Amino acid sequence: MVQGIVQRRKRYVQVTARFDVDGSITPLAITWDDGTVYPVDRVINVRRAASLKVGGTGLRYLCEIKGNRTFIYFEDPAWFVEEKVVEMP
Amino acid sequence: MDGSRFWDGSHRRIILHSDMNCFYANVECLHHPELRDKPVVVGGHEEDRHGIVLAKNQVAKGYGVQTGEVLWQARQKCPGLVVIPPDYHLYLKFSRLARSIYYDYTDRVEPFGPDEAWLDITGSVHLWGGDPLMVADEISERVKAELGVTVSVGVSWNKIFAKFGSDYKKPDAITVISPDNYQDLVWNAPVDELLYVGRATKRKLARAGIFSIGDLASTEPGRLKARLGKMGLVLHSFACGQDVTPVKVLDPVRSAVDYDIKSIGNGLTAPYDLVDEADAKLLVYLLAESVAQRLRENRVRAQTVSVAVRHAIDLGGCIHQAPLPLATNITSELASSAWRLLCEREQIARGNPIRALCVRAGNLQGVEAPVQADLFGNQERRERMERLDACVDGLRHRFGNQIVRRASELGNPRMSHLDIKRDNIVHPVGFFAR
Repeated sequence: MVQGIVQRRKRYVQVTARFDVDGSITPLAITWDDGTVYPVDRVINVRRAASLKVGGTGLRYLCEIKGNRTFIYFEDPAWFVEEKVVEMP
Repeated sequence: MDGSRFWDGSHRRIILHSDMNCFYANVECLHHPELRDKPVVVGGHEEDRHGIVLAKNQVAKGYGVQTGEVLWQARQKCPGLVVIPPDYHLYLKFSRLARSIYYDYTDRVEPFGPDEAWLDITGSVHLWGGDPLMVADEISERVKAELGVTVSVGVSWNKIFAKFGSDYKKPDAITVISPDNYQDLVWNAPVDELLYVGRATKRKLARAGIFSIGDLASTEPGRLKARLGKMGLVLHSFACGQDVTPVKVLDPVRSAVDYDIKSIGNGLTAPYDLVDEADAKLLVYLLAESVAQRLRENRVRAQTVSVAVRHAIDLGGCIHQAPLPLATNITSELASSAWRLLCEREQIARGNPIRALCVRAGNLQGVEAPVQADLFGNQERRERMERLDACVDGLRHRFGNQIVRRASELGNPRMSHLDIKRDNIVHPVGFFAR
């Protein structure tokens, strides 16, 4: 586990997405609950996968956001991320 | 390589049986990662007196917890046991997702309950180099990665041995039962590990000196027929690996009669022992409501109704059955017939409390079959009731089963929350169904 991260938590988030004519869905931005918008720079791959860290299954988007790679899960019809719970000094 | 020649150049089928390990419990553990290393069982609601173990995870299994035992007994064996209420919609979602993975390998997929399925890959295995092990391995890996639960896969040339293979080693394992090893693996196993050998058959076979599957295979079929009837011959062919039943393709569009379903029924252990007529009648109507709705969904009518009763005093039970005057799937007719039958045959009183009831509609025929109208009955009224049921079905389909309820339910808070139709889980097709 990355230093400082004590655990992961399932966090449902608001996602702005594009629904293409072929039915595919592409996440464009995540809006955190404090209102901060994190645009998705690039979707690297998509596959169905389970999240063993926080529990759940769905379409897993490996995305690049501000230079960092992260997973966003589409657990039809909601979206969730594996939120990092950081140890406070 | 031709897929069907995997077995020593012989033209045998290639059947996989995939069994999701500790299904309900593992789905719950996936959604509650904090419980993964703890003993977990999925158990019914104890307040409603449904408190038995429905499924357990591997940790609970290690403590000797068994499926079907009462929760307080399980807690005695395993202090600190975590009990989670069942979430059938979630399990059905996982069942659907697993099946959609299977369909990537063959169209011949036959579900056997929500967590098991047979796959006939004889015609498609050449796409994977003719190697069924590669297919089994890929399915196992995909289920693990995509659904977060594990499967055991059995590979064989018939459905019975494929199922034996998936039960042989658990969890997360692949077992091949081939013409070379089946005598070692299958024949040395106890006879009750064969599909359709339960406690009663095991007892009968033991009396004939048959203890292992090998004993069963080497017994003269005529002797088995004399002891077990037709089923003796079936079990003999199972034990010899001669089962030729095809993997049936599930077609949801087909109606219940096409699947040769014999009956549709619902039963429930009441939240408290029933000692007065009002409570018993309410439960009969709740059960009949679900049964009639399922009859209509399956586009069939019933010609017989039966009511099974379990008494609270000795937990003994009996089943009462009566023909219906006209084939019907009208809720009010089915419910009133079931209630009349119960009143005629049982005394509902404080001295004879009822623990559980089951209403079953049998002798089914398709709705297309002609119904002889009753010369002295009120056909117009029946048609009105049919239209009313169709209307209520439409509302329940759109807004849930609780959207239209009987007024009598509202006065009984302990039963009014029951949604028997929603909580009903049916194994899609039995092994012997056509």
